[in-house]
Amino acid sequence: MTPPAAGPLAVAIQLSWFFLTVALVLAFLRLIRGPSRPDRVVALDVIAVLVVGMIAVDAIAHRQPVILDAAIIISLVGFLGTVAFAYYVEKGGPH
Amino acid sequence: MTEWVTAILLLIGTTFMLLAAVGVLRMPDLFLRLQTATKAVTFGVVFTFLAVAVHFAELGVSFRALLIIAFFFLTSPVAAHRIARAAYFVGVRLWEESVVDELRGRYDPQTHNLESGKVPDSPSPAQQPPSKSPQQTEM
Repeated sequence: MTPPAAGPLAVAIQLSWFFLTVALVLAFLRLIRGPSRPDRVVALDVIAVLVVGMIAVDAIAHRQPVILDAAIIISLVGFLGTVAFAYYVEKGGPH
Repeated sequence: MTEWVTAILLLIGTTFMLLAAVGVLRMPDLFLRLQTATKAVTFGVVFTFLAVAVHFAELGVSFRALLIIAFFFLTSPVAAHRIARAAYFVGVRLWEESVVDELRGRYDPQTHNLESGKVPDSPSPAQQPPSKSPQQTEM
């Protein structure tokens, strides 16, 4: 379905896309720059959550609630990936 | 009416996600970045999925949205704790203006067991290298 053309919800959806895109860029800058390895893990965690938020905005914009299942899966995989990365950081070292 | 409520909840949620990303980029220290990434992001996820639940207003969809919220409340503190513990043990340095390091000297460097009551005289791994190492943040 097409997104709503006018009204407060259309404005809110456009602003939400803008905010989330800028947030993804900022988190990606921290992923590139991050001086230690845990910094990169934190940035990846934030990126996973931002993708989940983008899925929520897309579900509202196109009235497609089925892709919320993908949001559940991505949040689960993000959590498991963060815990696994933390385990290997603890074994490996800061760099 | 529902449209207004959805729009306001969505804007609150995505604004807090943006602020969390700004904090992750701008904070001076891994641990400060971590608390921004945990608390503000969880707040943003809660409001974004409340917007989803209000917008669709069906039982199945709203249940899924509330399930994601509950999942984030359960997992995000655990993940933050794992990262912070691993980073402290491998010697990520604190911000030089940090005022207290309550873990200093209170854990066994070999077994990583924490103890209370030990005299905190041994330096923490976060303070050990006196010279500036390249892992020190530049911001």
